[in-house]
Amino acid sequence: MSPLDELYREVILDHYRNPRHRGSLNGPHVHAEGLNPSCGDEFALDLSVEGDTITDVAIQGQGCSISQASGSMMADAIVGRNFDEVEDMIRKFRLMMTIDEGDNPVDPERPGAVLGDLEALQGVRKFPVRIKCADLAWTTLTDALAKARANA
Amino acid sequence: MTDLSALRSDFPILKRTFDGRELVYLDSAATTQKPVQVIEAVDAYYREKNANVHRGTYRLSAEATDAFEQARAKVASFIGSPKSEQLVFTRGATTALNFVAYGWGLHRLREGDRILLTVMEHHSNIVPWQMVAKLTGAELVYLGLDDDYRVDLTELDRVFDERVKIVAVSGMSNVTGARGPVAELVAAADGTNAIVVVDGAQLVPHDRVDVASMGADFLAFSAHKMLGPTGIGALWGKEERLEEMEPTEGGGEMISDVGLTESRWAPVPHKFEAGTPPIAQAVGFGAAVDYLDKIGMDTVRDHERELTAYALERLAEIPDLRVYGPRDVEGRGGAVSFELGDIHAHDIATILDDHGIAVRAGHHCAKPLMRHLHVPATARASFYIYNTPAEVDRLAEALLDARRVFGLA
Repeated sequence: MSPLDELYREVILDHYRNPRHRGSLNGPHVHAEGLNPSCGDEFALDLSVEGDTITDVAIQGQGCSISQASGSMMADAIVGRNFDEVEDMIRKFRLMMTIDEGDNPVDPERPGAVLGDLEALQGVRKFPVRIKCADLAWTTLTDALAKARANA
Repeated sequence: MTDLSALRSDFPILKRTFDGRELVYLDSAATTQKPVQVIEAVDAYYREKNANVHRGTYRLSAEATDAFEQARAKVASFIGSPKSEQLVFTRGATTALNFVAYGWGLHRLREGDRILLTVMEHHSNIVPWQMVAKLTGAELVYLGLDDDYRVDLTELDRVFDERVKIVAVSGMSNVTGARGPVAELVAAADGTNAIVVVDGAQLVPHDRVDVASMGADFLAFSAHKMLGPTGIGALWGKEERLEEMEPTEGGGEMISDVGLTESRWAPVPHKFEAGTPPIAQAVGFGAAVDYLDKIGMDTVRDHERELTAYALERLAEIPDLRVYGPRDVEGRGGAVSFELGDIHAHDIATILDDHGIAVRAGHHCAKPLMRHLHVPATARASFYIYNTPAEVDRLAEALLDARRVFGLA
């Protein structure tokens, strides 16, 4: 596969064209918004939380296929997870994208260490200027999670 | 077609390759590449003439001053200015427009006055006016676009009344390529109290401009969009307007006398050039207009028009591709904005980059225009003297590949 085809894998294009969990939540929830000022991509996130578990999620946003697919896959992956697992997932994702160095390793046995579909985003690493696109949803999630923890 | 391909050897950067593919540079509306004549003029200035200007009594400083003022004369003459003193060197078109907004507008606008703009303006010809409107109580009014992406003048009579004190219009859109209705707005302002400010950042590099026949009060442009260095541009003004305009920056070089509480300004243009100016950049700017003069601006315009016509023809062959700009090359320049199917502009730019083709993607510093067009972002190819039909062909091929990658083929 060429780097380009690896970047735009079918699963990414599918999430871009058919984003999961799109919309907003009605009940009590935390809300966070992210923006890449350099390219104008926007992403917003509603999390509904019970105890320390994310019970529902809704996403909004507009932008390139990488930023929007990353958000859609992330939404799929975090429903039903607890805060610690989601934090593991954020770390694992950022390790995969080479945003973070390996000074905070994630135990591969922990549930949050399984990225599943999200591994399709590995192709972004060969396009360094697009890593910030893939990361937009995750910085927004980090923000939302901090709010959720503060509320808990 | 006007063949300027022999010029390409003057541009060292065009020899660069990415993954073995020769660079196709289609982002000249953002900044142009530099010919060796400009690079060497800057280099020679630093090697042989570098000193501060306008104050040294030694010969080297006199040579630097001569080089700087000769550059002013060249740039002034390039746009048909009756006098070189009417040409103020600035940091670029943005600074030039801010000088007019803060130096002229701020001191003359009153509550209820109007500033007339068009929705196709670049942020640099919107934001300074918003800032000054906020300080003065003036309001902004806008002309919209017609179906062919040209400024719609049918509303002109309704919006143009005695409240309009400033008309600020782009000579050419950096997004759609459409020419602004400068002549029509100058005619509308004639006999009123309104002045006309032309953002020439995309116009001056691409067509012959003669400020005397244009009739505008101010014209702003940037060197780096016309083969020159970054960090320098120019504000041209009518003599009486420049006399009326207050300096926006104070400091050295711009005064004739400084007391403890008050100072007197140096004559135009120096009262607008506080601090040490970008001297080497001015010399490079002069070399850039020499280069363009040698080709001839009519040839520059014709080449670009033919290349744009060819690009519009090739792009029309690509399914699901929508061009946001005038269909006819008359009255438009070589900036071509487009969307392709449901592929986001940034994805198009990444795929084209993979093919070695540099285009811009995003809102192009024209968010009001993007909202007017109901698009979040477009991809934009823009052409200059060194671009060729073969490069347009490579653009078309790469766009077909984008369709394949996104499963549209």
